[in-house]
Amino acid sequence: MATRAGLRCSQTALRLARTPLQSHAIRSRAFSSSKAAEAAKTLLYIEHKEGKLNPGVYNAITAAQKLGGEITGLVAGAEADSLDAVAQAAAKYPLSKIVVMSADTLSHSLAEPLAPLIVALVQKEGYTHVTTAHTAQGKNIFPRVAALLDVAQISDVMQVESEDTFVRPIYAGNAIATVKSSDKIKVFTIRTSSFDPAKESGEGASIEKGESGQVGKAIAEWVSESLTKSERPDLGSAARVVSGGRGVKNKENFDSVIIPLADALGAAVGASRAAVDSGYADNSLQVGQTGKVVAPELYVAVGISGAIQHLAGIRDAKCITAINKDPEAPIFEVADFGLVADLFNAAPELTKAVGKK
Amino acid sequence: MRPSAPSFIKLLVPVKRTIDYAVKIRVNSAQTGVETDGVKHSMNPFDEIAVEEAVRLREKLKADIESIRVVTVGGPKATDVLRTALAMGADTGIHVETADKEIIEPLSVAKTLKAIVDKEKPDLVILGKQAIDDDSSQVGGMLAGLLNWPQANFASKLDYDKGANEIHVSREIDGGLETLKMKLPAIVTTDLRLNEPRYASLPNIMKAKKKKIDKFTPADLGVDIAPRLETIKVVPPPARKGGAKVDSVEALVSKLKEAGAI
Repeated sequence: MATRAGLRCSQTALRLARTPLQSHAIRSRAFSSSKAAEAAKTLLYIEHKEGKLNPGVYNAITAAQKLGGEITGLVAGAEADSLDAVAQAAAKYPLSKIVVMSADTLSHSLAEPLAPLIVALVQKEGYTHVTTAHTAQGKNIFPRVAALLDVAQISDVMQVESEDTFVRPIYAGNAIATVKSSDKIKVFTIRTSSFDPAKESGEGASIEKGESGQVGKAIAEWVSESLTKSERPDLGSAARVVSGGRGVKNKENFDSVIIPLADALGAAVGASRAAVDSGYADNSLQVGQTGKVVAPELYVAVGISGAIQHLAGIRDAKCITAINKDPEAPIFEVADFGLVADLFNAAPELTKAVGKK
Repeated sequence: MRPSAPSFIKLLVPVKRTIDYAVKIRVNSAQTGVETDGVKHSMNPFDEIAVEEAVRLREKLKADIESIRVVTVGGPKATDVLRTALAMGADTGIHVETADKEIIEPLSVAKTLKAIVDKEKPDLVILGKQAIDDDSSQVGGMLAGLLNWPQANFASKLDYDKGANEIHVSREIDGGLETLKMKLPAIVTTDLRLNEPRYASLPNIMKAKKKKIDKFTPADLGVDIAPRLETIKVVPPPARKGGAKVDSVEALVSKLKEAGAI
């Protein structure tokens, strides 16, 4: 049993060594689009903040490439300087062109002005597919787009089977559904952890200014935001994640046990819902059905029992390690390596051991 | 949209009957869906939070809230979740009844809800951010789009400013929180952090039995609920077997090294 698990992880590791960014999740195969009457024409909404592309964009580009055909990136926002920077960065990726839309109401990416803009662009240019990452932003904007286009939306797509057939998780990832859309325009959001990030193509997409006459009215007003500042890797795209759960008992322990272990491993910090609800960690660190879905190379679950909702967020991790004092905890049913031990002894010891190497 | 602030606000809360969140689901042998027969169902957890928020708003604002109506779109048994919502404190229910086991897609639900909104003229619709069965996270945004109302998705805090007839909503975004304000009428979807739903007391459950539930069909409302998506197949996810338990941190470290994970 031990060797088999070890072997499984090491085979994964070998493959990872060859293609460091390849995802272990169900991967899309390129399919033959010869049977499709016309080539897909995809509009990819490019999420960005402070002049930088959000990480999920790269994975969404890969997903859009599976459709074949050309991909147009849409960069929308308020500040011309920052939009230029975003467009230039996006132009390095395999996109045919980038349309930049600028209007004051497009600041903070609110759905009300953005959705009509996307809809107008789709109708004018005849896009067959509209996609973005299944992030808080994608989930906020895209249903509005789909409703205005009068089409169904396909959320959290894990695999693009063909131009009208997609694979997505339901019931917290406990079932995987393949669905075929009969809509003329396919609106879908991408599960980023299921697609490798796109690589720079070196060709340079053309950048053009779009007409922003179609921007919707701003009927909601942005007031403020408070972001959790962190020097650590981003949870959604980190190669390693260390998460703490209820077993950590309080915030002081979370800060003194979980965070040092994450830092020693160069990992992002995650948390179970119990830990977040009890105030040990910020909401934005929650991993699971209602939080982030992660697919790191190494996931270390400390003091986490492994409820269905939490497992939904880590199913595609390559190597799961669990430290829990309860040998019956469900997390051990999925963990490649489990250590039945008191986390307050084991985690600091592990921190020391990995810090030394 | 209304020219001036209403003196009393009407709340509408859509709820969905889903397989209970604690049930370990099983894909059926024909691979067409998951087993639902004989499986415990209950109100979608995010919808409970929505009902709770509506009831709390009334507790806070007292007479400013004219009514709390709950609505569900679903098969005959969906009445159960309306009763639960009524026992939590909603006033009346609306059941848009569809065929047993018929899958109603988010777009169809949003259109049905739009028809209800057109009829009922609520000022605020509070929905769950996603149903834990299809995990689509679409209905709130679609309804807002169809109505051209402002939306605040994934709310973790909601306040009503009566003077300005505005709601202030903190919403959970990737990386933190964002605060929006919007005039009513508006759409809000709830995140887990918004509140802790109450349990219905036995007397309230008894009282809920007497509360009124109006029944419609999608056809009564003039809504076409024909699905746009065909489910080709449903399969269980690739099984993931638990591996070895090790008995010391050293053993764990050497296993992880051997596996190339560290």
